[in-house]
Amino acid sequence: MKLTKIMLGFGFAFLYFPLVILVIYSFNESRLVTVWSEFSVKWYFELFKDEQLINGFLLSLRIASLTACASVVFGTMASYILVKFGRFPGQTIFSGLTVAPLVMPDVITGLSLLLLFVGLNELIGWPSARGATTIWIAHVTFCIAFVTVVVSSRLREMDGSLEEAAMDLGAGPVKVFFYITLPIIMPAIMSGWLLAFTLSLDDLVIASFVSGPGASTLPMVIYSSVRLGVSPKINALATIFVVCILISSTASWWLANRFSPASGGTGKTT
Amino acid sequence: MSVEILNVSKSFGDTHAVQDVSLTIEQGEIFALLGGSGCGKTTLLRMLAGFESPDSGDVRINGESILALPPFHRHVNMMFQSYALFPHMTVEKNIAFGPAQDGLSKQEIAERVDEVLELVQMERYRKRKPAQLSGGQQQRIALARSLAKKPSLLLLDEPMAALDKKLRMRMQLELVSIVEQVGVTCIIVTHDQEEAMTMSNRIAIMDAGRIRQVGTPQEIYEYPNSRMTAEFVGSINLLPATVTACAESTTLQLKDAASTVVCRDTRAREGEAYLVAIRPEKVALSTEDEAAGPNCLRGVIDDIAYLGSHSVVHVRLENGKIMQAHMSNVSRDARTQIDFEQPVTLSWEPESVLLISEDD
Repeated sequence: MKLTKIMLGFGFAFLYFPLVILVIYSFNESRLVTVWSEFSVKWYFELFKDEQLINGFLLSLRIASLTACASVVFGTMASYILVKFGRFPGQTIFSGLTVAPLVMPDVITGLSLLLLFVGLNELIGWPSARGATTIWIAHVTFCIAFVTVVVSSRLREMDGSLEEAAMDLGAGPVKVFFYITLPIIMPAIMSGWLLAFTLSLDDLVIASFVSGPGASTLPMVIYSSVRLGVSPKINALATIFVVCILISSTASWWLANRFSPASGGTGKTT
Repeated sequence: MSVEILNVSKSFGDTHAVQDVSLTIEQGEIFALLGGSGCGKTTLLRMLAGFESPDSGDVRINGESILALPPFHRHVNMMFQSYALFPHMTVEKNIAFGPAQDGLSKQEIAERVDEVLELVQMERYRKRKPAQLSGGQQQRIALARSLAKKPSLLLLDEPMAALDKKLRMRMQLELVSIVEQVGVTCIIVTHDQEEAMTMSNRIAIMDAGRIRQVGTPQEIYEYPNSRMTAEFVGSINLLPATVTACAESTTLQLKDAASTVVCRDTRAREGEAYLVAIRPEKVALSTEDEAAGPNCLRGVIDDIAYLGSHSVVHVRLENGKIMQAHMSNVSRDARTQIDFEQPVTLSWEPESVLLISEDD
């Protein structure tokens, strides 16, 4: 009993101690990241004065939310086809290709997309320059895979007779989808959206490949500034991020509990 | 509003799920499709609802073929085995879903909802979500929802499968009285013979995609037309025998036994082999050593299953075969009057005997 508690404490420490250090040092007055001098919040003010970081943050936010929206639409379509259409020619290849980006190394995805964009530019003159749009397209291509996995598992466990019942009661296929299927898989779509948002916000490798001059996402800005020496501003930024993630994951946990079948929310009937 | 099913067949790959089925169901009738799993009853029901289309044959309601119509244009509503209540909608919205698809006005829809909720006595639960209802309540809502569109034909797919036994008995009668009150033609699919007999006016027994017998519950039970139907509905004693004489009554010689059987069935011809079929409750059990005659067999008690209202007694005949007899527990000490290995005589009336063709 005691041993397991020690092990548990050790595990948590291993996972979260670095984060705690980071949060503590974000309130460090010193210019040197590794030397503690005294408590201060000046780096937080410095952070908000740094236009490059703020612009990177806003760009990342824009790309992430657009990516999440687009991949949720395409991912849901792909899941619906995979789960509901039964067997069709090329189904195995389709399902394989849909989820392949899950295991594809980022470097390869990034490089291949870069080659595609360059090639397209030569062929049809579009995209004329790489930037936010190309990053968005690149992020959508790999986020679809994650959304598809989440949404299709929910679709698969949904009682198929619900759709039949709606059809039996006089609703055509389109109505059935929007009035029955969509509300029931909505929790999965929402968590797919959050997942895509996070992945896009977090991506550095693929974005670096397909980005152009003037379009630097937050991870790119941080990475390049860290190469010149770690500024305590980054600690402050990271702390803000940790707090945001804490709030949003608590919210999504709360939402998931609220809409669980046991409390009469969205779920399967027996 | 009669329903006609004409020579309908359906195969899935190599499996013939439904083979050349023809049935006519009258207006207002409650009709049961009874059979084991995989006998094709559910496929037939799904073809009526429009979720499957037959390979050949036709389905007509009031003389008009409905096969070309998709499920959402058929005047047929179904109550699903899982009830399929929409989990994200309240009871009220669930019921309103059907009428709303017909483009009725808000007021008409509200009236329909009130009407069917009253019918199933669930007015108090209109604001609840399905997950907040018990199994029996969910079933009532499912029934109300399938009646809300006033269908020409109501389909019930294993309506009692999700309920426990006690509730099942009550809901069977209640469901029948609601359906009769509405007067809708109704087809029930079930594997439970008691359910079929309690609920329906007529029963069709299905086996391997074919209809084996159609009749009222009494006809099916008392006059099964084959070994399959005889054994499927209730329990029955089957004794192989050969016809030795036919006059006003038919006399048969039992195989591996000295006794003869006399019955009123006059279709039989001399020399033909039959199975003599007798329901256990029509067999009288006596502890006295009665004079051997026709319709009489001796044996010893092999097993007694005490079921409260009656006991099922297994009697081992002299040829080693087991025959069942029901003993009504009229007096409280009925069970103690018999014991294992006790010699007994079994006898029955000639009217109770049914002859079933051997080659079936």
